[in-house]
Amino acid sequence: MSWLIDVLIRGVAFGTPLLWGALGEIYAERAGIVNLGVEGMMILGAFFAFAVAQVSGHPVLGLAVAAVIGGSAALLHAFVSVTLRANQFVSGLALSMLGLGLAGLLGRGWEGSPLRTPLPELSVLPPLGALLAIVLWILLYHTRWGIILRTTGESPAAADAMGVNVSLVRYLAVIFGGMLAGVAGGFLSVAYRPSWTEGMTGGIGWIVVALAIFASWDPLRAVGAALLFGTLFHLSFRLQAWIPPEPLQMMPFAFTILVLAVTARWGARKWQAPEALGLPYLRGER
Amino acid sequence: MKQVGPFRLDTGEPSGAWTLVVSAAAILAAFVAAGGIFWAYGLNPIHAYAVIVHDTLLAPGAFPEIFRPTIPLLLAGVGLVLAFRAQFYNIGAEGQLLAGTVAATGVALFTPIRGPATLPAMFAAGFVAGALWGLLPSVLKLRLNVNEVITTLMMNYIALYFVSWLVTGPWKGPSVRGFAYTDQFPASAWLPLIPGTRIHWPTLVLGVVLAAAFAVLLARTRLGFAIRVQGENPEAARYVGIDALRTTLLVMLLSGGAAGLAGVGEVAGVHHKLLDPNQVSLGYGYTAIIVAWLARGKPLATLITATLFGLIYSSGDVMQVSLQMPFRVTSVFNGLILFFLIGSERLLAYRIRWAPAGAPASAPASAVAPSPPSGEDP
Repeated sequence: MSWLIDVLIRGVAFGTPLLWGALGEIYAERAGIVNLGVEGMMILGAFFAFAVAQVSGHPVLGLAVAAVIGGSAALLHAFVSVTLRANQFVSGLALSMLGLGLAGLLGRGWEGSPLRTPLPELSVLPPLGALLAIVLWILLYHTRWGIILRTTGESPAAADAMGVNVSLVRYLAVIFGGMLAGVAGGFLSVAYRPSWTEGMTGGIGWIVVALAIFASWDPLRAVGAALLFGTLFHLSFRLQAWIPPEPLQMMPFAFTILVLAVTARWGARKWQAPEALGLPYLRGER
Repeated sequence: MKQVGPFRLDTGEPSGAWTLVVSAAAILAAFVAAGGIFWAYGLNPIHAYAVIVHDTLLAPGAFPEIFRPTIPLLLAGVGLVLAFRAQFYNIGAEGQLLAGTVAATGVALFTPIRGPATLPAMFAAGFVAGALWGLLPSVLKLRLNVNEVITTLMMNYIALYFVSWLVTGPWKGPSVRGFAYTDQFPASAWLPLIPGTRIHWPTLVLGVVLAAAFAVLLARTRLGFAIRVQGENPEAARYVGIDALRTTLLVMLLSGGAAGLAGVGEVAGVHHKLLDPNQVSLGYGYTAIIVAWLARGKPLATLITATLFGLIYSSGDVMQVSLQMPFRVTSVFNGLILFFLIGSERLLAYRIRWAPAGAPASAPASAVAPSPPSGEDP
């Protein structure tokens, strides 16, 4: 019994960055913009959160800065994909490359030392994340704002005809997503593993993108999905006594492919991607 | 159509020269932005670029070093050009390349094939392994409509951990103590070098041949026609009876196979053993995405774009050695260049003409922006 509780607790810890990241990506994609830059925004968030927390002694301040940095990085993606109407997939990849490069460049002198004032792992961001998911779910399905956001992603032309500023909505959603990704990265470096190592996100950002699909763009379902992934990751690490680490480190990635395939095969029809996801909008074009 | 002073802005298919000008300007802008980052980092950008230009181009023995990273970038990039032309976003060249290194190592160390047959067998095995590594994402895309960007990315990480498991576990060389790599390949599995350089020329030749072959394939064959139609207009492809399944599968086999060949070149021409995946491939599979994007759908153009990014890799080495910056700085260059490239694509839809007031206006062209990966054919 205590073993089960322990596994669940670790699942929550590992699921937390996945949840924060996925909630942000869900909002961006609900507005019609795919952001593959999550890995880059997360690593930037991780570095800035660590550096600020280390210097100031306040991990929460670190997380706040991480949110600002993540949001600014997302602004770049929003500009390129909304205003310049460039290919969103490629822009996101560019953001990931740039983020990984910048974090590696800036973080060189910070490597290795543990954070002096870490944030408690379980008492702050995990419950806040669950609360955020509920709030975002209510906003999305039960308010006027939610209708505006969903219409922008489903049919930007209809939103435009309603008098919605499509570009503004998309900018805000992408920036909000970036802020959450920054916090998700910050969680890794100030709470989950209170230290800074280059490339410490290790591909989690890509799993976040997959999680948004797996949760079928629903904030509440993202909670369950993140918990499931977190628990499974932890379980795979538990097997380390019997199995070498590398095959276990593969598991999250293999599992993601499996889950996407299963969802695509047996998922309900109504759980489909926003209609205009990935498509730039230009007034007058259909 | 817009009149700006004595110039007229038309819209329409971009000319080759205009594409070149816009691309060059984008790259230049990326270098300026990177300079700004150096400056913020506490490095005089002019000094930094002077050191880079000297140490990559002018210093004795430096120039051929550009072509060492060019080789895997060319092979992987030319495969990606094909995939992008078919609108298949293969982000998995890194994993396909690593699959190629595994297959080549298997042939070199664990089969009795020796003598002149070794290297051809390694290349064949590498091609097959790379192709197979790309197969699962393409099947999932075609059968279940699972987004290929995510699955090919996931396959990269699976390949990465697979290689690192091999070199720390079952394939760890009995003759190497403490290090995570395999035994060294027998001499018959070493690719010859151009004397005085570290360029494994057979792989380079293979890359050039493949670029030419893919150009011919695209321009002159049934499959090439199918790829072009499917990439530019999937609806039309269905109407004329093009089998999307078959086309995409073939494209992915060729694309993955090309990346697999790049992996063979790295282990047979550079390392002569399999080692940590981050040392075997310095992110070549990811950089190849930019190489292919910049080539704008033309296989032969990768000869130039791969060389350009070979130069950036060799700049990364220089910056690490002479300027004490981490090698990751190449990712900054890569990200910035990619941003400026796609950001400037909107400009390609315009053509600037010299048209003083009073000159007769020509009929306006249709205002359709070209889709990025599909250029005109050579």
